[in-house]
Amino acid sequence: MAKRIDVNDLNVYYSKFRAVEGVSINIEPKSVTAFIGPSGCGKSTFLRTLNRMHEVIPGGRVEGEVLLDGDNLYGPGVDPVTVRSQIGMVFQRPNPFPTMSIKDNVLAGVKLNGKKISKSDADALVEKSLRGANLWNEVKDRLDKPGSGLSGGQQQRLCIARTIAVKPDVILMDEPCSALDPISTLAIEDLINELKNDYTVVIVTHNMQQAARVSDRTAFFNIAGTGKPGKLIEFNDTATIFSNPEQKATEDYVSGRFG
Amino acid sequence: MTTNALTSKSSTSGRAGDKIFSGAALGAGVLILITLFAVAVFLLIQALPTFMADPADISGGAGFLSYIWPIVVGTVIAAAIALLIATPVGLGVALFISHFAPRRIAGPLGYVIDLLAAIPSVIYGAWGYMVLAPALVPGYDWLARNLGFIPIFEGPASQTGKTMLTAGIVLAVMVLPIITSLSREIFLQTPKLHEEAALALGATRWEMITTAVLPFARPGIISATMLGLGRALGETMAVALVLSTGNLIPSLIKSGNQTIAAEIALNFPEAFGLRLAELIAAGLVLFLITLVVNMIARAIIARHKEFSGAN
Ligand SMILES: Nc1ncnc2c1ncn2[C@@H]1O[C@H](COP(=O)(O)OP(=O)(O)OP(=O)(O)O)[C@@H](O)[C@H]1O
Ligand SMILES: [Mg+2]
Repeated sequence: MAKRIDVNDLNVYYSKFRAVEGVSINIEPKSVTAFIGPSGCGKSTFLRTLNRMHEVIPGGRVEGEVLLDGDNLYGPGVDPVTVRSQIGMVFQRPNPFPTMSIKDNVLAGVKLNGKKISKSDADALVEKSLRGANLWNEVKDRLDKPGSGLSGGQQQRLCIARTIAVKPDVILMDEPCSALDPISTLAIEDLINELKNDYTVVIVTHNMQQAARVSDRTAFFNIAGTGKPGKLIEFNDTATIFSNPEQKATEDYVSGRFG
Repeated sequence: MTTNALTSKSSTSGRAGDKIFSGAALGAGVLILITLFAVAVFLLIQALPTFMADPADISGGAGFLSYIWPIVVGTVIAAAIALLIATPVGLGVALFISHFAPRRIAGPLGYVIDLLAAIPSVIYGAWGYMVLAPALVPGYDWLARNLGFIPIFEGPASQTGKTMLTAGIVLAVMVLPIITSLSREIFLQTPKLHEEAALALGATRWEMITTAVLPFARPGIISATMLGLGRALGETMAVALVLSTGNLIPSLIKSGNQTIAAEIALNFPEAFGLRLAELIAAGLVLFLITLVVNMIARAIIARHKEFSGAN
């Protein structure tokens, strides 16, 4: 549970186009790390390389190393399926499986690989995961109803429950609150605060206050211009990034003076 | 002014398009219903003499029911064989094109399959008659020798290969492109979001297909199968050419059996009077079978509406 991630000089490509260049970063276990930066600077692209989701896109490839507690995700013989079951991901738009009930959604990842699970174990896991996602009280009476019948915020927490049900070491979140109202957003932020007791959390956000509220460390990414690759500009304690950044670009961005 | 500003204008120019469109849609819908209804009425009136005639005058001499039920069973068997083969193969090919094949291959392959759907049925019939049927004879002999104790493979096998199983296989080849191209379109429409959700949970590609693609495509698969079934049920030429007809028998590898559509096609040119009414009554029965099958399919789709993701 809760492993560290070390990235060494990672370049990320879409076919010929280099979207992210030369990123090295160390993400501590049991902490929340936020990625911030202007649109198109490669935050999502980089995040998706941390669980090998990037290569799902045709032409997507990387150069460099991503180490999970010292093991290279891109090493020879490493199965991306194994990587993804250890590094979970929550997407920008809530995406529960529409044809499944709430309960089946939570169990979707657990039942993969032909794994069998007894009914009592399944019920216990569903309750634990939904409680872990602060959703249990709202849905406990309608576990057999479709997941797509929930509100957006509830759906997103259902997706988080689904992710933590497979007991990953790391949870990646790509703008998990951008489709949600402020109340739902607060609910997710509270949840992230609790998740870091057990998991390593990495979150992409466009919301400065959110980064400041939830994260321990913040990474600022930037691009020199369109068509240029995104780069990691500065990575430090969140308090430092927001109050006393080393780079001028970071200061401009966090203070809203960014063009 | 006492008029409500919100009521003005909107009912005139801006809404004309809406009105025309909904009118046209309604008109088209009504037209389809009227056509269907007219067909049913026509069949019913023309078929009426069959039901009033003396049973002894009907072909076979034992009334309409004993005339029709063997060919109803034959029709259903032929269509069932076709679907049993074409559905799994069609879905497999569609999945291969949509989710496994490299793009360079997927495009041309999909195009070729779309073309197959446009080949007229006589061609399939001629191919089945000249190529497939003779080629299958050794296989049928083998089946009769080794699995002959199962009634459907009872020997001696037909030495021309013009059997129910051949007809079913030809029908399968004919409906395959329909099922394949429709289900491929649907598989391609699976939201990326759901595919990625499955992959991010640690699903293999096949598991991604079973958790995200197939459930999403389920109503579409049923519709595609139903369209295929419709073609298999109503197909005349191919069956007429490939099947050496006869009485209803359980064995699929002897000559014998008949389907409604082929019965009509083979006998229609020379039929008059009561015989004509008989064939039209057979057509009416085929119409009803198709209707019932489609209603069952609708019911299956509707039963899962809540989980369709439409809400
Ligand atoms: N599927 C793709 N194919 C090709 N290029 C892509 C693809 N997705 C993203 N890119 C490019 O990669 C670069 C980084 O995009 P990315 O989505 O990672 O940015 P981002 O920082 O997440 O932006 P946002 O804040 O708007 O989400 C952009 O130039 C984008 O155009
Ligand atoms: Mg993004």
